[in-house]
Amino acid sequence: MQFVIELSKYLMLIIVGAFTYHSVRASVNKNVNTHMKSHIWLIVFLFMFHFTGYFIMYLQIQSSRLLWLYVAEALVFILIIILHRFIYPGKSRLLLINMMMFLSIGYIILTRLSFDKAVRQFIISAASLGIGVFIPVLIQRFKCIRKYGWVYGISGIAFLVLVLLIGTESYGATSWLTVFGLFTFQPTEFVKLLYVLCIASLFRNRNDFRIVCAVTAVAAVTVLALVFQKDLGGALIFFVTYIFMLYASTEKPLYLLFGLAGGSAASWIAYTLFDHVKVRVLAWRNPFGYIDKEGYQISQSLFAIGTGGWFGMGLFQGLPTTIPVVDSDFIFSAIAEEFGGFFSLCLILLYINCFLILINVSLKTNDRFYSLLSMGFSVLFIFQVFLSVGGVIKFIPSTGVTLPLISSGGSSIVATVIMFMIIQGVHDENSMEKPNKIGVIIGGEEHD
Amino acid sequence: MTDNIKNGMKDSMKDDMKDSMKDSMKDNMRDSKKDCIKDRNAKKTAYGSSHTKAVGGKTVLSIVYIFVGLFVLMMGYFTYFLLAKSEGVINSTYNLRHDVLAKRVVRGKIMSADGKVLAETITDDEGNEIRSYPYGDMYAHVVGRVNRGRSGIEEVENITLLTSYGNSAKAMYNDIVGIKNPGNNVVSTLNSKLTKAAYDALGDDRGAVVAIEPKTGKILAMVSKPSYDPNDIDDDWEMLTEDNNNESPLLNRASQGLYPPGSTFKVITALAYIRENPDYMDYSYKCTGSIDYEGMTIKCSNNKSHGNVDLKEAFARSCNTAFSNIAKDISIEDFRSLSESFFFNRPLPARIVNNPSSFMLAVGESGVKETMQTAIGQGRTLITPLHNAMIAAAVANGGVMMKPYVIDRVESTGGRVIKGYIPEEAAAVMTAKEADYLKSIMRGVVTDGTASKLNSMNVKAAGKTGTAEQEGKESHAWFIGFAPVNDPKIAISVIVENKGSGSEYALPIAEKVFDAYFK
Repeated sequence: MQFVIELSKYLMLIIVGAFTYHSVRASVNKNVNTHMKSHIWLIVFLFMFHFTGYFIMYLQIQSSRLLWLYVAEALVFILIIILHRFIYPGKSRLLLINMMMFLSIGYIILTRLSFDKAVRQFIISAASLGIGVFIPVLIQRFKCIRKYGWVYGISGIAFLVLVLLIGTESYGATSWLTVFGLFTFQPTEFVKLLYVLCIASLFRNRNDFRIVCAVTAVAAVTVLALVFQKDLGGALIFFVTYIFMLYASTEKPLYLLFGLAGGSAASWIAYTLFDHVKVRVLAWRNPFGYIDKEGYQISQSLFAIGTGGWFGMGLFQGLPTTIPVVDSDFIFSAIAEEFGGFFSLCLILLYINCFLILINVSLKTNDRFYSLLSMGFSVLFIFQVFLSVGGVIKFIPSTGVTLPLISSGGSSIVATVIMFMIIQGVHDENSMEKPNKIGVIIGGEEHD
Repeated sequence: MTDNIKNGMKDSMKDDMKDSMKDSMKDNMRDSKKDCIKDRNAKKTAYGSSHTKAVGGKTVLSIVYIFVGLFVLMMGYFTYFLLAKSEGVINSTYNLRHDVLAKRVVRGKIMSADGKVLAETITDDEGNEIRSYPYGDMYAHVVGRVNRGRSGIEEVENITLLTSYGNSAKAMYNDIVGIKNPGNNVVSTLNSKLTKAAYDALGDDRGAVVAIEPKTGKILAMVSKPSYDPNDIDDDWEMLTEDNNNESPLLNRASQGLYPPGSTFKVITALAYIRENPDYMDYSYKCTGSIDYEGMTIKCSNNKSHGNVDLKEAFARSCNTAFSNIAKDISIEDFRSLSESFFFNRPLPARIVNNPSSFMLAVGESGVKETMQTAIGQGRTLITPLHNAMIAAAVANGGVMMKPYVIDRVESTGGRVIKGYIPEEAAAVMTAKEADYLKSIMRGVVTDGTASKLNSMNVKAAGKTGTAEQEGKESHAWFIGFAPVNDPKIAISVIVENKGSGSEYALPIAEKVFDAYFK
């Protein structure tokens, strides 16, 4: 049996490697025919990966619950692929399959960490995928969503203020709302959507200095509300997203430079003002010096990654549960420990590739609102990945953000799936026949 | 050019008009639209392209480059961490994953420098893995143990022993078919001949012996007694942890035992004196066997009066009165900073668990009396045998103190060297000239002083005896030294607890170790 477990470990690495290869090829290649071929391979690899993961786990803990969960997840995948194929034949299948790959990696590692959390994750993500089927059509039917920029901005801020007033604290950040005592959710995740919608809407047909000031004010209030919630990661993500959307809208590098310089200055001020920021930086600079308290989490994370090495310990062979909050903010360490360093690098590549696919949608559309919207979402997405992965490997101080589509976390999953589906809606129906812009640019050829 | 702008303007105007007509007639929206048009008219050239156009390709590309660049850096860091940093990180005793690794790898061997197996993992008839220590209690402290709390080399190199370098394809194959890979072997700097000599010479006495190669800092022998047999640690645990008469067999006295240095400290005192007094060669003192100072009396050993002595003679014969007289002229501040430059009051620069030695004289706190006692190694000064060996080695090595180390290299099972430790300088604690002078007076101890027993040896040895007096008990016997004087190969530090004078009890042990080395 050990034989099969070990062999499957390498098999999973090979599958993810092959998936990454085909995914990257499909996203940068201009030839539409290779896309179709790649898509089929990607679907095959997705299901192989998902199967192998559950197979290894079943070998080790023979529980019929695992089988049920596996079958349910596989059925949802099949159903969603078929639905999208019939309803949206022209939409980006690459985006959809990549999203499912992230979900399936999340399903497997969460099942390994905590079966209950995995079931919860599955139910929430299946529901979001179900709702998500309608989003692209809504986006295209209701063009008027572009007009309510102020509404989005102000309701977003209102949400955050509400959280500040009646929110509950968890892991040092006051960012949770309890609804009727029934369930808790993190409004920040949904405010992300409103926020990008707001900025894209307000910048959609003007970018003069006055509107820049007005939107900056909205963004600043939103970011400040997050700072008051002590949600450092959230504040950073919102801030960076705004700076890049501002740059995309005005196309003035000076705004980007000023924005980043201002951001650095603000970070320094936050560092000197707030103790919880100091603690994070302290734990980052010398985790082992404060291993008993401040540096405990990051030390455990580094132990996990280091012990996992390049090939990983194998599912159920490591000790990822020694890392606090491993199922959400620190899930990348669990993946690195049990799947290994090569797998983790593939996963990072997949995220970059997904970013390219998303941003390509922004490039292909001629509608400025859609273009800004998908640009904003792309930056939001990739920067969150950067904070999450960078934090757990000690590349940057840990800011406590989830890894999109993989970490356990209801609100985060729902928001990210909706975000992907909005971009799917923005995705130009006819773009399959058009050359791939990212491919053209990366290939060094002039477009138009 | 101007045409272009005009055309662009026209287009964008048209688009805007169309847009605003199509737009719902909500007032605020229209206002902003008007602003927009006005604004644009005002600053024609400020915008290169039409506003309703999608985000420009070049802008998007620059954003892509920024993020891809960030991620490349991050992936680079991740790779660097796994390649270069992770080994040091995961060796931490806080890492609970060591036991997980132990299930996949057969723990490697620990060897002496001359190829003897000091620790290995064997499989018994029932297939259980047992950690075996062929020399029993001889290497217990320095090699350490794995059960009941890892210690010694077993602890410091735990991850190394549990990692398998070898052929990675074969390792992968072994993983797959479920065969444990052999862990790396650790080759120590320990010399089995010297260790045995030191172990035998200490006999049943409590104490420790440390031998160091002065040029490199290699630890050639490290023995502490009483010891324990790590093979039987589980059976003997109860007995070992009961503290009978300060036996503390688990304690590595060599690196953790703190003792008053006795007269061996006169090496430091002499150095402090010659630094402050360039005319030290002219020093002369008339020893009457005792010295009085404000009601305190310091005596020479057996009240013996040494008569007229210069510094070298006072050192050779370990004249307490002369050295406490010297102390009156030494500044406490300089004495303390000199001691601290010799690693008193801070951890030793060694990858061996050690207790820091302490030098308690302090400006404002200590008076002349305490300085006088400190100068002859009584007072409140405490030192470990390892530290004292390092001081002797620094003198032997021309004033350069090397970091002591006990692990020479790590080898794969195939004998390929995976990691070698190279000698490192801890500090240049004195000038070559100062070292030469200290060498000459330490040589004097052998030729004309308290260690004359070593004079009959074939090699020319140098050293200093010490007798650290204990209230109501026998003194601790000390000897530190090195040989040969001209080109020192070995430095040694010996302590025997509560036994008597250094020349009587520590010196013979040193002699046996020297003999074993130069035979």
